[in-house]
Amino acid sequence: MTADDLGRTGPDAVTVDLYRAVRLIRRFEERAIEFVRPGEIVGGIHPYLGQEAIAAAVCAALTSADVITSTHRGHGHVLARGADPGRLLAELMGRETGLNKGRGGSMHAADFSLGILGANAIVGAAASIATGAAWAYRQQGRDTVAVAFFGDGAMNEGMLLEALNLAALWRVPVVFVCENNGYATTMPVESAVAGSITARARAFGMPAFTIDGQDPETVFKASTAAVARARSGKGPMFLECLTYRFDAHHTFEHRARLDYRSPDEVAAGRSRDPVAIQGARLSDDERAAVDSQIETALDAAAEFALGSAHPDPADPLKYLYAVMP
Amino acid sequence: MPKLSYLKAMNRALADSLDSDPSVFLLGEDIRVAASNLTAGLLSRFGPERVLDTPLSEQAFTNFATGAALAGMRPVIEFQIPSLLFLVFEQIVNQAHKFSLMTGGQCKVPVTYVVTGSGSRTGWAGQHSDHPYTLFAHVGVKTVVPATPMDAYGLLVSAIRDDDPVVMFAPSGALGVREDVEFTTLAPVPLGVGRVARPGRDVTVVAVGQLVQDALAVADELAGAGVSVEVFDPRTVYPFDLDGLAASVAKTRRLVVIDDSNRTSGFAAEVLAVAAERFTLAAPPRRVTRPDGAVLPFALALDRAVQPGREQLVAAINAVLEDK
Repeated sequence: MTADDLGRTGPDAVTVDLYRAVRLIRRFEERAIEFVRPGEIVGGIHPYLGQEAIAAAVCAALTSADVITSTHRGHGHVLARGADPGRLLAELMGRETGLNKGRGGSMHAADFSLGILGANAIVGAAASIATGAAWAYRQQGRDTVAVAFFGDGAMNEGMLLEALNLAALWRVPVVFVCENNGYATTMPVESAVAGSITARARAFGMPAFTIDGQDPETVFKASTAAVARARSGKGPMFLECLTYRFDAHHTFEHRARLDYRSPDEVAAGRSRDPVAIQGARLSDDERAAVDSQIETALDAAAEFALGSAHPDPADPLKYLYAVMP
Repeated sequence: MPKLSYLKAMNRALADSLDSDPSVFLLGEDIRVAASNLTAGLLSRFGPERVLDTPLSEQAFTNFATGAALAGMRPVIEFQIPSLLFLVFEQIVNQAHKFSLMTGGQCKVPVTYVVTGSGSRTGWAGQHSDHPYTLFAHVGVKTVVPATPMDAYGLLVSAIRDDDPVVMFAPSGALGVREDVEFTTLAPVPLGVGRVARPGRDVTVVAVGQLVQDALAVADELAGAGVSVEVFDPRTVYPFDLDGLAASVAKTRRLVVIDDSNRTSGFAAEVLAVAAERFTLAAPPRRVTRPDGAVLPFALALDRAVQPGREQLVAAINAVLEDK
């Protein structure tokens, strides 16, 4: 089996939906960065710019009953899963109306009502959480599939490799999605990963494919097949999506003036833009209509977030315990 | 009246919990064959899907339990070696414990972590003999250390039913304790409520886990010398039953803590700090602990020399009684 055999391209509706998703993520991130500089978003963010195709297409392959776990670079996953942009932005601004009531911030955004079991700031940690959740849903007789998103850096975390073993061993309905953007913070993947990423996954007995992570329809085909396979009880599949982070690891990076990527490399990476790739599949009118809807929605999101109350400082430890004697 | 051992009481708590709640399941290393005896008989009764033998993958299966809890299950993990908690400190403290707050109360993580045989296990040396309940209390994870079979039953049942992560330490030195119990009287024991294990007038001794037995023996011994020792067993070291201790100290006005933690920043240090803030004492309080920064040496005489013991407790009690 090769990646090309994994499935068929979806109907035209999917083409538009994928464009809407990548464009929403792109514009949300660009607007969020604008809120970092004046201090509306404290602590900065890890921009997902350039990687939008993966979140958009993988989440398009899921049903509303499925679940995901995300990473420190998680806004794209959360939006693609259907979270309200206003509440996500409010969370980044630490407002009471945020997805997590301002208690989680950028790296912990979660919406359990949408099956988002949380962005996680510890590299590789969420993959084992996704595996446990998927196993539990199966025990309960549900056909839920879990998707674990993580980066290339996570491939060197022992806990992630342990999770691959458990998932394959117990045929857990989980799909592992490695977003290989070439860098673990500033460490190039070539300097960090011995052997190959997919060979590591295959060693645990699961199918693993390297695909173009910049083309939303390619990712959609592959993830649809992976999700279907997991749902049918055949166990986990692993997708390595080759992508490129257009911007910094973190919005603080510019201040630190870290020098690890050449301008030529960045330009080459930016030339394969998932928003442009998917946008070219729409007519100018279709594209303009979607773009306009998104700007309107993001204007409303910004207004909602900026107008939302800050949490009461008297409540810093509210929600620490579900119950306390 | 039937005798119930501490280990059998825990086994019974697991069986009753599996029986009454389909969302409860057990996972851990060698639990299929019940290597520690904790899970004896449970595989044949409940099957391999609810008594789940795991590969040696502590970090992944601890987070796996968190994921299962987020999906509505109540996992119970057995760790047979206390030091494994150092390996999964991230997964318990930085993941399971923080989920409720970080998500703004969207979820709960009802995982129970049971350590069968914490503390000195006699000859297991440096990496198998820690008793790290203070670490979990420090970060605010609910932490229970039962001293008796009835409490081991009741606290384990409550821990499993609790909607938050709970670490339960079953001290190696307590596993052999047996008590006369009418099985029909076994009941959940609420978290966060201590008990007076022996009433007394002259001095309050706070003792944790297996050291409650030592404190009771010392109290017996000193009773012959006319000293009346009250033994207070907090049962849950976090949250701590401050009111229960306050009531005891209001009566005795003297305080000694015996605690199988290292001295600096240990559990005893916390109790003494509370005493300094809140209580009016007739004499400065004392503590009997492991030494600062202790690592348990292998040779038995050295292992024993690091343990807080009865002679040190007698000396501490005498010191607070003499101090006017």
